[in-house]
Amino acid sequence: MTTDTLPGAPVPFPGEPGVSREVAREFGLTDAEWEKVVFFLGRDPTYAELGVFSVMWSEHCSYKSSRVHLSRLPTEGPQVVQGPGENAGAVDIGDGFCAVFKMESHNHPSYIEPYQGAATGVGGILRDVFTMGARPVASLNSLRFGRPDHPKTPRLLAGVVAGIGGYGNCIGVPTVGGEVQFDASYDGNILVNAFTVGVAATDGLFFGTAEGEGNPVLYVGARTGRDGIHGATMASAEFDDESDKKLPTVQVGDPFMEKLLLEACLEIFAADCLVGVQDMGAAGLTSSSVEMAARAGSGIELDLDMVPRRAKGLSPYEMLLSESQERMLMVAKAGREQEVLDLCEKWDLEAAVIGRVTQSGRFVCKATPGYDPLSSDPTERAAQLVVDIPIGALADEAPKYDRPQAEPPPEPTTPAPPTDVDCGEALRALVGSPNLGSRQWIWRQYDQIVRDGTVFRPGEADAAVVRVFCEKGDETLEKFLAISVDCNGRHVLLDPRQGAAMAVAECARNVACAGGKPLGTTDCLNFGSPETPTTMWRFARAIDGLAEACAALDVPIVSGNVSLYNETDGKPILPTPTVAVVGQLEDASHRVPSGFRVPGDVVAHLGAPSRGALGGSEYWVSKTGQVGGEPVGIDLDAEARLQRALLALAKARVLSSAHDVSDGGFGVCVAESCLASGLGCRVSLPGDASLPAAARLFSEEPTRVVVSFAEADRDAVAAICAEHGVPFAAIGEVAGEHVDIEDALRVPVAELAAAHLAALDGIVA
Amino acid sequence: MKVAVVVYPGSNADWDALHAVRDVLGLDAEYVFHKETELPSPDAVVIPGGFAYGDYLRAGAIPRFSPITPAIVQLAESGAPVLGICNGFQILTEMGLLPGALTRNAHLRFECRDAWVRVESEGVFTRGLAPGHVLRLPIAHAEGRYQCDAETLARLNGEGRVALRYCSPTGELDDASNPNGSVDHVAGIYNEQGNVLGLMPHPERAAEAILGNDDGLALFECLRAHLEAA
Repeated sequence: MTTDTLPGAPVPFPGEPGVSREVAREFGLTDAEWEKVVFFLGRDPTYAELGVFSVMWSEHCSYKSSRVHLSRLPTEGPQVVQGPGENAGAVDIGDGFCAVFKMESHNHPSYIEPYQGAATGVGGILRDVFTMGARPVASLNSLRFGRPDHPKTPRLLAGVVAGIGGYGNCIGVPTVGGEVQFDASYDGNILVNAFTVGVAATDGLFFGTAEGEGNPVLYVGARTGRDGIHGATMASAEFDDESDKKLPTVQVGDPFMEKLLLEACLEIFAADCLVGVQDMGAAGLTSSSVEMAARAGSGIELDLDMVPRRAKGLSPYEMLLSESQERMLMVAKAGREQEVLDLCEKWDLEAAVIGRVTQSGRFVCKATPGYDPLSSDPTERAAQLVVDIPIGALADEAPKYDRPQAEPPPEPTTPAPPTDVDCGEALRALVGSPNLGSRQWIWRQYDQIVRDGTVFRPGEADAAVVRVFCEKGDETLEKFLAISVDCNGRHVLLDPRQGAAMAVAECARNVACAGGKPLGTTDCLNFGSPETPTTMWRFARAIDGLAEACAALDVPIVSGNVSLYNETDGKPILPTPTVAVVGQLEDASHRVPSGFRVPGDVVAHLGAPSRGALGGSEYWVSKTGQVGGEPVGIDLDAEARLQRALLALAKARVLSSAHDVSDGGFGVCVAESCLASGLGCRVSLPGDASLPAAARLFSEEPTRVVVSFAEADRDAVAAICAEHGVPFAAIGEVAGEHVDIEDALRVPVAELAAAHLAALDGIVA
Repeated sequence: MKVAVVVYPGSNADWDALHAVRDVLGLDAEYVFHKETELPSPDAVVIPGGFAYGDYLRAGAIPRFSPITPAIVQLAESGAPVLGICNGFQILTEMGLLPGALTRNAHLRFECRDAWVRVESEGVFTRGLAPGHVLRLPIAHAEGRYQCDAETLARLNGEGRVALRYCSPTGELDDASNPNGSVDHVAGIYNEQGNVLGLMPHPERAAEAILGNDDGLALFECLRAHLEAA
């Protein structure tokens, strides 16, 4: 094919609306941004060009409010194979292999259409990972819904869970873990953060780069339709009561198509005929083309007549902005395009050469007015220029704002919750609450075990543990990854810096509890409008907290995503910087589950005993209806020592179980270790006995873990803790059929189990 | 001796089956793509789980039109072992190699969890296992409710062709242990010759201690014994 550059400036495409400052505003561009567009082009844009600018300059694609802050995150370390900036990050897992992972939000679409919104969120993150040349091996998710009794919550929860399952189960990537929280702040703006990790040979990684003048650009996968046009712009605006009318901006997923795309891509990568590849995610054909050219410092020229399509009469504007799912853009080595086309045919996938790489530094598109390959009598092709934009204007030179920040006034003080309560009753209520109860109803809708790698299923350990197969020559190596995803927005609200650090710490601690060495982090920063100075202040402080914790715990950020404008009618969500940490177990025998296993085992508390601080806790919210109290804070040095000790304990194979104290505090931690196996325990309650039992039971102060081990290993465990400077206290034993906490409570495990299992019944039954 | 694992577009437990048969059991095994027209290794075939052709139209409906299918039918009719797991069971019923159908779970949700099954009869994959022997096997399906007409069910029962029934961990056939509402607790059935088995649970995902469960290995050991005796 020929795609010779046409002379002259693009002219308006027949049938397309006119362009003006007002239209630009409707597209979400400010007046200043409109003027910048005109400045970059030296003329008014065409309608298609305006569409391209509006999506590329949207918050979703340009990170224009967050870029100045993201640069403070630590992204380097000897284990980092690929840091932020590519489709996903990667960390070394030895023998020439790496774990490739990322997390992304699909919040707005999931609120509008929960099944498809969540499903396509999963589809998108899977593509980000396999685009890198990695086979996806596990997915997790982090979900936030409004209060359990909100009228929309049941439909949203059921839809999101079914959507995640519907996509992941079909494509055959196990969903091995995740977390869910209910809070009134998410009533009108739920969060769906999807995480996927894959494994690749490090020398076989692929990148989103369009290098080499003349190399062919190929379109592979599903045909283009009108779905999801302007999805990126929608995701960059806050919600109001008209939001339910935004349904046409939500994409529809086809996991079967993606499965074919996955297998075809991995075969195409193995054939080594590609220069670069990128999935068509947000802002579809536009962002994939522009980002690939920007990374390579090249240009790209597309012949839109060649774009495979399923809808009749698509305009250039629609083709460029469609977010139809399950599509990839590939740049092949010159002369190798037929190999790509042949492998696509093997997998019954549509593929076409739609353009070529140039050295112009420009994004150029042409199309023939009236031409439609779906028409029974297509017009003869005579393409005209419809887009001609400098790549830089859409990438590095896109708007970047250091938005004003203002420290919010302190949260209104709410009366502290009572602590002179029946602790047994309080524990029963907490383990049976939607936020702390069993997630079995959710997990069971996910295929947790496809691919024969799931060592710990959801709920069996603090982190998911997955065996991955690495094929090296004729040998298949088995490696073991530990993965956790976490964030508690309540602690972030009370102190964004320490709360964000707590999220990283908990996530890495979970990995260490399961026996893995934490290696790297991906984040998904969900906040309200960046145009609100108090939100921006929280965002900036949260970045500082993430940075400090990632540095202290040696888990650099290798990929991530920012989701702003999570608010409805001016009311923001809890600041929710969700993080996921990926770690590795040196050996499968190092794995540690979270539940007690052996009657007679010693139970010990590692870490400083509770100060009885209830700030930000589930107990506080459950008793007062509001997030309140003083921030509990975190000592990152102590945290690092604890995590090193946990890893040493795992390697010494002395632990029967390890479970960290987090949501719900010590009481819920111990109860969960009992619930996992049905075994009871008799323990004392750590902390100053002059403090109320309820405060010591339900405080969510971090950096604490409850472990169990055989009596014969008591000295070894104590010695390892002493060596790492971690407080160690043997507090009791695994015994009986009750959760028996001295001077506080004694409740039959079976009773707690019944409450735990029924926790979501009020929403889903 | 070679075992072929058939790969349809959308098969996703093909690796699970290959790994169990080849790496755990130690048999020679390989993938066969659905566009092939011959099975290069006609000793035994596994049709793995997944969503062949996206389960469009009906779960398991479209694979019977695939180029490889006549070779599978021919092999089955020759008496060689054919195992259909989950989607593979659905496909075997749609191919007409096994009677009945798998419809949506009674509770209408996809469900992944451990189930217990009781060995009911002898065939290639259960020969040597004591009737009443209970296995813990994971299920992962949305359409696993076995249904057939009364006459077929009477024949299956009468001819000892119900291979496995869902049961409690101690072997009782109670409704609470039937995860999908299958008629008569049916979890797996044989063809008339006892060489074709379709089952909804996943023995190939429960064949190693590292996965927390190796009960499923028993079925594959029976296959190995059969192949070695042949």
